[in-house]
Amino acid sequence: MEYLQILGNEVYKILFLLVPILVSVAMIVWLDRRVWGLVQKRKGPNVVGPFGLLQTLADALKYIFKEIIIPASANKAVFILAPIVTMTLALVAWAVIPMSEELVLSDINVGILYLFAVSSLGVYGIIMGGWASNSKYPFLGAIRSAAQMVSYEVSIGIIIINVLLCVGSLNLKDIVLAQKELWYVIPLFPMFVIFFISALAETNRPPFDLPEAEAELVAGYQTEYSGMMYAMFWLGEYANILLMCAMGSILFLGGWLPIIDIYPVNIVPAPIWMILKILFLFFLFALIKAIVPRYRYDQLMRLGWKIFLPFSLIYLVLTASFLFYFDKLPKGNF
Amino acid sequence: MLAHSVFFYFFSVIAIFSSLMVITSRNTVNSVFFLILDFISVGCLFIMVGAEFLGMIILIVYVGAVAVLFLFVVMMLNVAEQKQSWFIGKKSTHIPIGLIVSVLILLELLVVVGGWKYKDDLMSSSTLNLSNISNTHQLGLVMYTDYILYFQLAGIILLLSMIGAILLTFRQRKGVKKQSYFNQISRNPSSSVELRDVESNKGVKIDD
Repeated sequence: MEYLQILGNEVYKILFLLVPILVSVAMIVWLDRRVWGLVQKRKGPNVVGPFGLLQTLADALKYIFKEIIIPASANKAVFILAPIVTMTLALVAWAVIPMSEELVLSDINVGILYLFAVSSLGVYGIIMGGWASNSKYPFLGAIRSAAQMVSYEVSIGIIIINVLLCVGSLNLKDIVLAQKELWYVIPLFPMFVIFFISALAETNRPPFDLPEAEAELVAGYQTEYSGMMYAMFWLGEYANILLMCAMGSILFLGGWLPIIDIYPVNIVPAPIWMILKILFLFFLFALIKAIVPRYRYDQLMRLGWKIFLPFSLIYLVLTASFLFYFDKLPKGNF
Repeated sequence: MLAHSVFFYFFSVIAIFSSLMVITSRNTVNSVFFLILDFISVGCLFIMVGAEFLGMIILIVYVGAVAVLFLFVVMMLNVAEQKQSWFIGKKSTHIPIGLIVSVLILLELLVVVGGWKYKDDLMSSSTLNLSNISNTHQLGLVMYTDYILYFQLAGIILLLSMIGAILLTFRQRKGVKKQSYFNQISRNPSSSVELRDVESNKGVKIDD
């Protein structure tokens, strides 16, 4: 009986996390299209609901009523599994994101490793979808995106090590609390920039949206998908983008901490700060989508392996030597 | 403890089932998918016994990187048909070699587990203290003090094998045009545009 109670409690908590995330994903899609429209001097979606806020819900309704078509030559099981994997992985990572000092579903010791692991698993949804479609464009798109995500993960890993050197803990809460005096965006500014660009590449956002470059590959790995299965890919992608924004704000922008710790600013509740920071990063994502043209594939690979990787490695050595020389290395509690 | 053992059996059944499926499934891509499932459930088992760092590293390294490359290779080569000929062909050398390797691995496992059961402090560490610090800290403390030599040696071996792999596949291809960003940005009209008077019926020789 006790187990059932614990189980019920956990399910309740998980629902309280997932429902807001799904709603905010819907809102963020609207924001994305709105910003995109404003940059191009259009209005963007503004018809359904106030300011067009309900546009995404209308779209979702449309997707639900569309027929799901499975190609005859597709590998059925993998084909159906692919969007489920994408969506699940995008949502499962939110379990460790702390919205404030108490507001976190599971406060695990290796939180940042968990985030990194889940975001590196995200590539499977795309590869599975591309392979199972049994068609050329999706397959090429999947291969491209897998290569891209694996390459940029390497530099994201090294950037995370940079931050960890300053914190001395893998716990996300400790990472935020270590930034009480100084947000890491200031001493590690170059790493922040590289993290941001790598996050763009990791989530297949423009200017790195080569897996779905419509002029070359129709819609990449999503070509054969229709109806709700397509919508799941789409939602998973946006949930991943939000996750990357949350990761950026935890690693560099001080998570839930207020900008300055003085009276009128610090009465704003912690989760609001976190949401504001995520929104700020997402706004940058949306702006970049609108203003930067797409990279060529060899340029993308060159940027990842020949520029970001060496640069972040050099910065890692610099950070380590600085911390060592000035005796600022974090002392553990032992 | 009931829930704990239920989860333990859940993950270990999945691990054993998927490792069996890796070697029996007909489609090679499917067997890579089962391999991934195997890695994931082994990672979960590690987390369950409290080795959360190892579990995460298995997820990141094996599932996030190694298995992706496996999938890449298997998908690109389309080896589904080759595999069937391994089974049917009578002159197959794969089964004896595989048997020898697996017997060796089994023996090694027996030796390691036996030695550990016989005397579990065979290699004791002076820096290891079993107080309540997280096992990531613990690992770091042991790895960078007592075993620093082995750790660095392992790193150097990995580096060497990486360089070897790159050398094996590296070849200079001729006739490939490469973009030089520096030249491209630093050129200006005076160095790249030239006006010439062309005699009729002669043409201009372009050096390229």
